Amino acid sequence: MTKQRQKLILDIVTYALLAIGSGLMVLPFLWMVSTSFKLPADQFTRTLIPPTATLQNFRDLLAVDIDFQLLFFNSSYISLLITAGQLLTCAMAAFCFAIVRFRGRNLLFTLLLVTMMLPAQVTLIPNFIVFKWLHLIGTSVPLWLPAFWGGAFGTFLLRQYFLTIPRDLVDAARMDGASLFQIFWRIHMPLAKPALAALAIFTFQGAWNDLLHPLIYLPAAPNTTLTVGLAFFQQQLTMGGKYTVLMAGALLSILPLLLVFFVAQKQFIEGIALTGVKR
Amino acid sequence: MELGLKPLGRERLVLGLMLMPTLIGLVFGVLGSVLATVGLSFTQWDLLTPPKWTGFTHYVALFTDDKFIRALTNTFKFSALYVPGVVIISLAVAVLMNRRIRGVSLFRTMYFLPAVTSAVAAALVWNLIFSRDFGIINAVLERLGGQGVCWLCADHILTAVLIVNIWGAIGEGMIIFLAGLTAIPREYYEAATVDGANETEKFLNITLPLITPSIFFQTIISTINAFQAYDYVYMMTRRGQGDSSFPVVVFSIYRNAWNFFNYGGASAQAVELAVLVVILMAFYFWLERRFVVYE
Repeated sequence: MTKQRQKLILDIVTYALLAIGSGLMVLPFLWMVSTSFKLPADQFTRTLIPPTATLQNFRDLLAVDIDFQLLFFNSSYISLLITAGQLLTCAMAAFCFAIVRFRGRNLLFTLLLVTMMLPAQVTLIPNFIVFKWLHLIGTSVPLWLPAFWGGAFGTFLLRQYFLTIPRDLVDAARMDGASLFQIFWRIHMPLAKPALAALAIFTFQGAWNDLLHPLIYLPAAPNTTLTVGLAFFQQQLTMGGKYTVLMAGALLSILPLLLVFFVAQKQFIEGIALTGVKR
Repeated sequence: MELGLKPLGRERLVLGLMLMPTLIGLVFGVLGSVLATVGLSFTQWDLLTPPKWTGFTHYVALFTDDKFIRALTNTFKFSALYVPGVVIISLAVAVLMNRRIRGVSLFRTMYFLPAVTSAVAAALVWNLIFSRDFGIINAVLERLGGQGVCWLCADHILTAVLIVNIWGAIGEGMIIFLAGLTAIPREYYEAATVDGANETEKFLNITLPLITPSIFFQTIISTINAFQAYDYVYMMTRRGQGDSSFPVVVFSIYRNAWNFFNYGGASAQAVELAVLVVILMAFYFWLERRFVVYE
């Protein structure tokens, strides 16, 4: 067999395998979209194309017991606050660890990295007790306030990026009399835009998709986040039917992140690669 | 080695302020909370009546309580299949994509979609896909002449939860491996071709050893995720009265604390979970020194 033939066969096999795999990866999305456009009477038809397409499910979504718009609003502002808190506090700490010389720097940074391996559940109960003691259960404060305490993952990610910014820039700015904070705000923050974008996307995604924390802090059905709302919604609907409305809700809930992903695919992918390679 | 900007005069204060949130988080949010969890695990406390000191009662229960043992067994079973599943499948996908064929970016987008989607929304549609009477999987099985099964019942729930969790994790693993693969110098492969090596030999002798750092990293990430798996389990295995057909350790912690108000018992389970993860990590780092190739 010639080299050329061999390459052709390998290419065909590669395409075939990738195509089958990607079909399985997107099938649930197709099914979600399809079901959300089906008539409730057709909700269990096993065809991908709806027998009759309708927008009624999306209208019904606004009429059901759960206030979908409120859920959407809650998820949005909580996720945005969490993202803002993480970006600010992680960037400040990352700058100190990457650029500034101070005693105990390595020890502190190592300690921070070690905490990344601890499962979140080991801090959950005392945090809950403190917030309960402060009468903050049932409000969104326990969800976003801890984001302003920094975080190991974000600090690590941004520190890696800050380390790649040339030292000469810092020295030159210092010669011109720039202060520590000016160097951080005027040089490192603007230059680290790609890493900041990646961290913003990850943080927003994690907050938007989080189930465990809102389940603990905002368990009351009407005024909660999209994830908890949809979970309750499922229990309600599977009793009485109308899977079509449930799928319309699920589809709307993932739409914002899908849009962000299509716009910022590069940042998503480079951000993940940044965490994996430059260790 | 001690490179870095030296803070001058008042800048020491600025440095302190910039590090303050992280220090607060580290001292109170993490270290303090871990100690508090350990402390709580020696008490019986429902947050309404004063806590009672119970010594090692909750730790004894970790070895005698059938419900917890079942949850722990499920976590181990799940992790033992999930971690290799994610690592092998995402590596395979990445290797195929690294052949730089046309249309790779479209494939990459499609494989990554599940990683962007919330587990809650995805589980809603997976429940429908796995449905016994109306699901598409059973439809295909029946078409092929087989018989549909109840995927979300005890006998098959592990398979269903595994499929969905691995489906959700392939995207990220694939990106980690692609980054590792593109970092391998092309000359190595060219030299091997000159020496007459075939594709299999190149994979085994060049790709596999040089990708071990990524395999190591992905194994750590997957293990941490496996032990904390919760969202899909909650969404796919919930039964009446908040019970589960496939309880895992995190489910058990949640249920004990927030359904039964047994905060002490839940704390002991959380401590055991953390200890198990730390032991596994130590084992992985021991393996790293023996098997991982750094250039």
